[in-house]
Amino acid sequence: MRIGVFVCHCGSNIGGTVDCARVAALARDFPDVAYATDPMYTCAEPGQAAIEEAIHEYRLDGVVVASCSPRMHEPTFRRTVERAGLNRYMFEMANIREHVSWIGKDKEANTNKAAELVRLAVEKLRHNLPLAASQFDVNKRVLVIGGGVAGIQAALDCAEGGIPVVLVEREATIGGKMAKLDKTFPTVDCSACILGPKMVDVAQHPKITLYACAEVEEISGYVGNFTVKIRKRATYVDWSKCTGCGACTEKCPAKKTPDAFNEHTGTTTAINIAFPQAIPKKAVINAQYCRQLTKGKCGVCAKVCPTGAINYAMQEEIVSENVGAIVAATGYDLMDWRVYQEYGGGVYPDVITSLQYERLLSASGPTGGHVLRPSDGKEPQTVVFVQCVGSRDRSIGRPYCSGFCCMYTAKQAILTKDHIPGAQTFVFYMDIRAPGKMYDEFVRRASEEYGTEYIRGRVSQIYPDGQGRLVVKGADTLLGEQVEIKADLVVLAVGIEASKGAVNLAEKLRISYDNHGFFMESHVKLRPVETNTAGVFLAGVCQGAKDIPASVAQGSAAAAKVLTLFARDKLESDPQIAQVDIRRCVACGKCLRCCPFGAIKETEFRGETKAQVIATVCQGCGLCTSTCPQGAIQLQHATDNQILAEVNALCQC
Amino acid sequence: MKYAYYPGCSAKGSSKDYEMSTQAVCRQLDMVLEEIPGWNCCGSTPAHAVDTELSAALCARNLDIAARQGAQLLLTPCPSCLSNLRAAAQRMEKPTFRQRVNELLDEPAAETFPEVISVMQAIAREKENLVKRVRLSLKGVRLAAYYGCLMSRPAERMRFEDPENPLLMENLLAACGAEMVDFPLKTACCGAAFGIPERAMTARNSGRILELAVRLGVDAIVTACPLCQMNLDLRQTQAGRAFETRFHMPVIYYTQALGLALGFTQRELGLHKLAVSAEGLLNKLDGLRRAPAAEGGQS
Amino acid sequence: MNDTVDLNRMRDTAFTAQVEALSGQNISACYQCGNCTAGCPAGFAYDVQVSQIMRGVQLGLKDRVLRSRSLWMCLSCSTCSQRCPNNIDVAAVMETLRHMARKAGIVSVPKMEKFWLSFLNTVRLFGRSHEIGTMVLYMLRSLRLHTDVDLAPTALAKGKLGLLPHIPPGGAEPVERIFTRYKERAQREGVRP
Repeated sequence: MRIGVFVCHCGSNIGGTVDCARVAALARDFPDVAYATDPMYTCAEPGQAAIEEAIHEYRLDGVVVASCSPRMHEPTFRRTVERAGLNRYMFEMANIREHVSWIGKDKEANTNKAAELVRLAVEKLRHNLPLAASQFDVNKRVLVIGGGVAGIQAALDCAEGGIPVVLVEREATIGGKMAKLDKTFPTVDCSACILGPKMVDVAQHPKITLYACAEVEEISGYVGNFTVKIRKRATYVDWSKCTGCGACTEKCPAKKTPDAFNEHTGTTTAINIAFPQAIPKKAVINAQYCRQLTKGKCGVCAKVCPTGAINYAMQEEIVSENVGAIVAATGYDLMDWRVYQEYGGGVYPDVITSLQYERLLSASGPTGGHVLRPSDGKEPQTVVFVQCVGSRDRSIGRPYCSGFCCMYTAKQAILTKDHIPGAQTFVFYMDIRAPGKMYDEFVRRASEEYGTEYIRGRVSQIYPDGQGRLVVKGADTLLGEQVEIKADLVVLAVGIEASKGAVNLAEKLRISYDNHGFFMESHVKLRPVETNTAGVFLAGVCQGAKDIPASVAQGSAAAAKVLTLFARDKLESDPQIAQVDIRRCVACGKCLRCCPFGAIKETEFRGETKAQVIATVCQGCGLCTSTCPQGAIQLQHATDNQILAEVNALCQC
Repeated sequence: MKYAYYPGCSAKGSSKDYEMSTQAVCRQLDMVLEEIPGWNCCGSTPAHAVDTELSAALCARNLDIAARQGAQLLLTPCPSCLSNLRAAAQRMEKPTFRQRVNELLDEPAAETFPEVISVMQAIAREKENLVKRVRLSLKGVRLAAYYGCLMSRPAERMRFEDPENPLLMENLLAACGAEMVDFPLKTACCGAAFGIPERAMTARNSGRILELAVRLGVDAIVTACPLCQMNLDLRQTQAGRAFETRFHMPVIYYTQALGLALGFTQRELGLHKLAVSAEGLLNKLDGLRRAPAAEGGQS
Repeated sequence: MNDTVDLNRMRDTAFTAQVEALSGQNISACYQCGNCTAGCPAGFAYDVQVSQIMRGVQLGLKDRVLRSRSLWMCLSCSTCSQRCPNNIDVAAVMETLRHMARKAGIVSVPKMEKFWLSFLNTVRLFGRSHEIGTMVLYMLRSLRLHTDVDLAPTALAKGKLGLLPHIPPGGAEPVERIFTRYKERAQREGVRP
């Protein structure tokens, strides 16, 4: 075998603390090494060209690159060697950046360690075999989980691209948080007016199947061929008959039902349509509050329904859908701010969340768009906004910034003045984060044109003064003084958290999530829409805090990724999977039991039971290979012999 | 049940009424409070303000006495003593600190100390017993529970309910029938020991608490801290002057309120020692009792 | 007028490190939100607000911080620590700074120290604190002879003030020995006891 070794300087990233030339020189004495050098930037165009040239010039049949993490550039260099005519698996990578140069300062020790890692890679490569990918069909349908603005955008773009879409929404209507907003920054245009048409497009698009009041129950399969079970909750209304006329909601006697769409700023009826522009515009019965369902007597809605759509006996239902790709767009929820006992812990009616304030501002909200405070229905004259409630707060385990609160607070301060021209508005803030297009200008408008008083400091306590107003105790750190405001209404810019059930869904999707339940992208900068599970993409706040423009952009990006994936009729399977040597297999069944993906099945071979790997399902995790007592299952490209060769090399170093 | 008991200095002076009512209530609940022999002052705020090791030494001597008595638990009525004793025990877990403190003592302190808790926490463990023994319900009386700043803070040291919104006192008094208002300044500082050197500090902070209590229309503030009680009661006129008003807000110990429910007389509970008379509250209670008494209001 | 804070010359990073070590707190975690200042019940009497003291410690402005009157006006109520979003025990930092100031002989509000020492003197003499004793000693030390005379009649009439100190049955000597050892050690170590 003739092996070429390329020890990358990565500028000064590696070269600064590793003597790369010396590593290359040492490599020349390793078995089968025909050529070794130390380029400055191996991944750059000249660097890759040099590898190709060397393959031809020195008739190399294997290449080792010692540089960064394989997670970064293994695919890059595999393509390089492939262009020069080698099999892509005749390539090995030694990580001498993350594992050496970035973590150690002693140049001599680093150089020795780098050489050892190169030695290991060479030994591995000496035992490598060319592998070939097999091909399989792609089911060109996509599942979008979550019908907020990100999911809507992804669904519409996919559908416009000709792809059938299954859109699953947990609530009774799509629209997500954006549907609850009155206006949007920085243009102050009506949220319902810009989102509404998109929602209607979803309802009317022939390529989109919408399941509302539904959740993903189970996901199996792999990229190109997922099977998804969807749990449709009982709505007690036959939607195929319901016309959304609203006769039922007018007559329903259970009028004290909590109104989740209005963020509990008001109450609604047990049978209800979330809001006038709801999609689907169908009635849903809240079983906990329906008199017929709880007490067995009422039946008013069934009597008044002109189409006979009410069905009190309805049961939940599981439907199954086959898709080739999945977009997760599950959004966010507000954190439970009641942990802040110093703000009353939810006891004071006039201390509300910013989302509740949106409903008070909205014409479709419980007050018809008049800002009236919850305690006495009076118009507030002094409104205090408090930012970063539950954001950037390590003491409650939420160190992150929620991203868009600075902007909507400015918007709400402006809208307050629009609604109540004489009102005084104050905003307590720590830093104003307004990096978007026209964002900073917008915040300055709030203070310059709308007289919003920005006070730099956190609020320590909010409590009733016993005379109908709220005492807000804060600090003005720019003044270096304590400040106190008597407020009529306090609006808390409550921080966000991953949507309830996000972690559970991540487990079903087999994707990673961070400490706070936000889904992990494949690469923070370069693969922000992909996940580590092929065929699963991300859109919107489920991946991390972002505002409407960014959510829409990511929705479109996810759709582009789906369309790219579906541009091919067949996909290649990764050959780095487990393979059974049936001569050694004793059919003990251990591999079958330990496989987390259900990728191993029993098969008959000449009358004997043997294990068999389902190539398209196997993820190459290697659990079965280390479990098999016979050594009968081997993970291709990480066989026992290949690993032992590395261990041997290391022991001889 | 017997408890090792650390009354604190004010029990022998300015808060004799707290001591009387604490003893009375505990007696009624079969809780025997046994003073640890030869106890000394915990050093209060002045000691830790001056030096942490001096403060810990004064506390450690008491903890050591209790440990040598074989006590598992040490009760104190005073939040300041509680705070200092718990802080000392916590700091003594660090060997270097322990050694520096031991140098100040006659003999090295015991290796482990009994846990120190508030008498209130011990009474709460007897809540069922308390409810059974209520003879005169406090129904109709509106009270504000005021814990002061030390009882629940710092949270990791005190481990006393939610540090911002403790509810233990409310639970005990509500169990006796009282109406407990939400009192948002329940853990605000009253001005502590600054009454002597910096009167404005105490007047202003106590004044805020009194002002809110007046606005909430309570019959009395109920407290658990001798210093808070003194600032809010004895110094109420000073606070009134700072707020250009005259407050008239009775400030009683929670043990006095419990004692009333258990049927003790004013004198047994030391209610005659208040600077701001609780006559209004007591008359209201009398009136309330007389009205339903005909139907056998006693249990 | 304040001179420019010369950050090349005036920073004492060893001071910052010392405060961190003695208080056990991570000062660099403070992002100056001002919550400590916002909730401080003594803030109205401070010359430098507590969040500004934290900033001074971050920058290592030792002299400015240790001379602050605020250190002596802190009520030790821990509201700041409870509400700090960065889990800093701000009250512990304030106490540490006060100890450091005292040891360095900087006492910006002498009457506070006089009051504390008066209190501790009664503890030294009697084993237990004694309210009237503290008052008398404080009035003598501070020459504020009218302190709280308005309260005395009520307090005495209600039997709230014991004229005689309450001494533990075994005598006050064990406590006095604690104070003696403390004072001797402070002298050995060359710090203000």
